[in-house]
Amino acid sequence: MAARTQTIRKTLLRGARVLGGEPQDVLIEGETVAGVGSGLSASGAEVVEADGRILLPGLVDLHTHLREPGREDSETVLTGTKAAARGGFTAVHAMANTFPVADTAGVVEQVWRLGRESGYCDVQPVGAVTVGLEGKQLAELGAMHDSAAGVRVFSDDGKCVDDAVIMRRALEYVKAFDGVIAQHAQEPRLTEGAQMNEGVVSAELGLGGWPAVAEESIIARDVLLAAHVGSRVHICHLSTAGSVELVRWAKSKGWQVTAEVTPHHLLLTDELVRSYDPVYKVNPPLRTEADVHALREALADGTIDCVATDHAPHPHEDKDCEWGAAAMGMVGLETALPVLQHTMVDTGLLDWSGIAERMSHRPAAISHLNGQGRPVAAGEPANLLLLDPDYRGRVDPAGFASRSRNTPYEGRELPGRVTHTWLRGRATVVDGKLA
Amino acid sequence: MKRHLISAADLTRDDAVLILDTAEEMARVADRPIKKLPTLRGRTVVNLFFEDSTRTRISFEAAAKRLSADVINFSAKGSSVSKGESLKDTALTLEAMGADAVVIRHHGSGAPHRLATSGWIGGSVVNAGDGTHEHPTQALLDAFTMRRRLAGGEGDLSGRRITIVGDVLHSRVARSNVHLLSTLGAEVTLVAPPTLVPVGVGSWPCEVSYDLDAVLSKSDAVMMLRVQSERMNAAFFPTEREYARRYGLDGQRMARMPEHAVVMHPGPMNRGMEITAEVADSPRCTVVEQVANGVSIRMAVLYLLLGGAEPAVSGSHPASMSTESTETAARTEEND
Repeated sequence: MAARTQTIRKTLLRGARVLGGEPQDVLIEGETVAGVGSGLSASGAEVVEADGRILLPGLVDLHTHLREPGREDSETVLTGTKAAARGGFTAVHAMANTFPVADTAGVVEQVWRLGRESGYCDVQPVGAVTVGLEGKQLAELGAMHDSAAGVRVFSDDGKCVDDAVIMRRALEYVKAFDGVIAQHAQEPRLTEGAQMNEGVVSAELGLGGWPAVAEESIIARDVLLAAHVGSRVHICHLSTAGSVELVRWAKSKGWQVTAEVTPHHLLLTDELVRSYDPVYKVNPPLRTEADVHALREALADGTIDCVATDHAPHPHEDKDCEWGAAAMGMVGLETALPVLQHTMVDTGLLDWSGIAERMSHRPAAISHLNGQGRPVAAGEPANLLLLDPDYRGRVDPAGFASRSRNTPYEGRELPGRVTHTWLRGRATVVDGKLA
Repeated sequence: MKRHLISAADLTRDDAVLILDTAEEMARVADRPIKKLPTLRGRTVVNLFFEDSTRTRISFEAAAKRLSADVINFSAKGSSVSKGESLKDTALTLEAMGADAVVIRHHGSGAPHRLATSGWIGGSVVNAGDGTHEHPTQALLDAFTMRRRLAGGEGDLSGRRITIVGDVLHSRVARSNVHLLSTLGAEVTLVAPPTLVPVGVGSWPCEVSYDLDAVLSKSDAVMMLRVQSERMNAAFFPTEREYARRYGLDGQRMARMPEHAVVMHPGPMNRGMEITAEVADSPRCTVVEQVANGVSIRMAVLYLLLGGAEPAVSGSHPASMSTESTETAARTEEND
């Protein structure tokens, strides 16, 4: 093969704190980690002085909206994967609510191919559970699985699969190829006209309430359904203390239930909505301080398996308006790790190996993603990131690689900065800039 | 609050009393043969109405005209808004036309707040009712009416017991009144079926009761809110008749109120639903008075927001909305 005649690319990371441990050298050869130890030879290798920065496995995101096809004005697979690389991600899942909806083998293959062409980050398409996300008829789940995209995670995210029979059938059907249904838990009747979390703040602001029970009642139903039919269910962007209790209970029964939380639900509360600034409008909505604490505890103790960004780019005009007219969602790929350092590491709730577990190993395992979420060890794929945990800076959306700027953190000081990302040995980010 | 009036919660006690006192002054002008003051001559007030509301719009229009302001009425129907223009572009247009104040009525809660804080316009913003959030000038005119009827037309409403009955959940009038009346020292009780009380009401500075009969005898004023019969379709209550029986005010119930107590309604009334004709037409009902007082209150608000540096009535001293300077134009005697 031609590649064998070329020189194999070598990179030596000197003094990197693997998972936050003592500084070591890490040698990357080609697409693989060739060695981890002290005093590794730099011969023939490009040397990166890690200077005690943290080395983690490349992050894996189970939940992003890359908007292509259909809404290329807010994001494309290329800009979205650039944003992912800057955030330290080496694999992202692209949700199915595109135009057209990713409910056929053709659309998921298109998204998968665009991801391969981008070269910044692996893109694993998520298939729709039902045709057109309409909750009525199962999409051809088998065809999407059998396609080149090899879909294993299915979700109508943005909409809840609210029909109990359709949900039951979907849970059962995907067992044939070890798929998983990722549920956007939102009881639709309880959230008609909903604009924000229902509680003290919504009562004052006169905005339609999105009650916690609308999420919790669906989670309760779906963990029971999953148990009944012996299937796997994954709960998207879990946001309330009550949801945590339900997932904890389901796991205590030994049922195959996994859950994710977004960075913004670990930090922000509905008090911010008092500004009526639509940058804080998101679904599920920002909840209360008590919910934030419950989510942090649950992520720390493993009740919540992983972090997923729910990266949801929107064009400027969809946020530069009054609250009621604004779109729901926030971008999150380029701020996820700083928010996690701030909320989980600097608070002592998780160490860096815990972050690797929650942001890389677990999400890859839930999706059965090959070559991602692996240990930092000799022989493993070189999907890696280097983080400077001592960095302090204000979030400036002007510097984002994402096409959209709808971040709730503009001007906020957050710790940590991804300086390097490697995708199978090839640097996608160097010194904080796209390579 | 200085430049805008978005929420009754932004008003301190002294701000609120200043507005009420200024409105008394304005009301006296209304009794003159010539009702017009030159105070806002050359200023432009835009009535930006995204929702139909003839009574509120003409009240603001009359108020601005009596202060000699130029008034532009902008209604969403049949305008660029119905062609899909955004609030931002509408605001930029008004700004380019030199609006000194924008009086906004909008179906979305928070739209006036957004208009005032987004940097789209430089003028003052007056909230004339936003979604199910607030309607501060309605609360001010209600307080003005109660102060005249119950407190001799001066000071605040300390110790007065005010009962607000009806669809609190969807009512911007109720939200503004709870803030303002408690700021003015009144004890507020909300009465509604539990379905029409917002989750989270526990943090409001008021009591909540589900039993109208139990609170009537302890009320100095009873404010009936309009209840839309469409609410029935969303199962907030079973039927109009059941609502009227449990939460409507009829002659029998009115007779249980103390002799001095008044019945209020922000209008428009649903006769036979929340209020019977007997009550609506009784001398204890202040509905028409509230409308008249609305003009005085809106004159006071526009004057204090826009003309605060000039005397409202010639020969009087400057006023401002600041809490420090409460001795104002409104307190001085007319000399012409």
